[in-house]
Amino acid sequence: MANLVGLFLDSVFVGNILLAYFLGMCSFLAVSKNMDAAIGLGAAVIFVLAITTPVNWLIYRYLLGPGALAWAGLPGVDLSFLKFITFIAVIAAIVQAVEMIIDRISPTLYSALGVYLPLIAVNCAILGAALFMVERNYTLTESIVYGTGSGVGWAMAIVAMAAIRRKLRYADVPGGLEDFGITMISTGLMAMAFMLFSGITL
Amino acid sequence: MAKRTSKALKTFTEGLWHNNPIAVQVLGICSALAVTVQLRTAIVMCLALTAVVAFSNLVISLLRHLIPRNIRIIAELCIVATLVIIADEALKAFLYDVSKQLSVFVGLIITNCIVMGRAEAFALGNPPWQSFLDGLGNGLGYGSVLILVAFIRELFGSGKLLGFQVVPDAIYTAGYENMGFMLLAPAAFIIIGLLVWVQHRIMDRH
Repeated sequence: MANLVGLFLDSVFVGNILLAYFLGMCSFLAVSKNMDAAIGLGAAVIFVLAITTPVNWLIYRYLLGPGALAWAGLPGVDLSFLKFITFIAVIAAIVQAVEMIIDRISPTLYSALGVYLPLIAVNCAILGAALFMVERNYTLTESIVYGTGSGVGWAMAIVAMAAIRRKLRYADVPGGLEDFGITMISTGLMAMAFMLFSGITL
Repeated sequence: MAKRTSKALKTFTEGLWHNNPIAVQVLGICSALAVTVQLRTAIVMCLALTAVVAFSNLVISLLRHLIPRNIRIIAELCIVATLVIIADEALKAFLYDVSKQLSVFVGLIITNCIVMGRAEAFALGNPPWQSFLDGLGNGLGYGSVLILVAFIRELFGSGKLLGFQVVPDAIYTAGYENMGFMLLAPAAFIIIGLLVWVQHRIMDRH
């Protein structure tokens, strides 16, 4: 249990998928201009990561990995080279399904999250989390915790950035550094703050 | 002929400087920054990415009249993913140690916004040869930023370039120390921010 809590905190703070591994930068830069949008996208990313990471784990474990097809009588088959295309297809399909389900169940949630869901299919953070999960040999429980933790870390970073950018609007930024340049530098400063958590061990 | 060559050249150089994917289009900073701690990994990443962008542009442009408009995204994704798998397998076969260091980041070329961005913005509406050049220019424009960042990080972070010691021992004995900060993730963000600043200043002057 302590192990899982440790993994969660590690994926939120120390190994923050955005600030330490640079994943999901494009939508981070585009959407952090607006606070409400940042909260909406952050929530959608947590949601999608928590679902897709374990689903991809199951697919890798029982269909793609080395020896995964042993249950079908094919223990020598290794399809792991297909993981990129399979993961991206699974993610796109799940995002589409989630969009339809949310539309059906809760129109209010759909109007809040709906526009951000298609953006998520090509968000590197989602595919990145799936690939990291394979590389680090997580178990199913660990992959659920890791997926959720990465989502929470990403959401926290984008909401914090939206808050910083709102303040930056009133700042006198040197010419040429406006917008993109200063955003990258403030992201760097924020990443530094997150690195301080790496001293904490559980 | 001369006119055609100059147009092709312009398509190629556009992505390198005036419309640089990172500095101007603000695309694709994702993931690839993580491989800029060493120059070697950055160069390999740059080549892999350039090959993927150029060939995905070529293939998509060849198929542009065949791909139905409403399922184009998924068709493009399949083409890009296939090319990335080829690149990944090639790296594993010929440069195994580098491919281990790049780990998941080769796979993440699929979701790199440049690849899809160029496919959408250029390859769907232009003939194959020009699309190929556009992909080449954008890939190299992107790669040049990566390599520059890696150059700065490796030089100041570990005093080496491509793994060779370039900062002489005499300077270390005189009290110079490597900047450990350069090896950490935040340094990459800050260097990109500063590079963009320089690029914008130079562009403004013209």
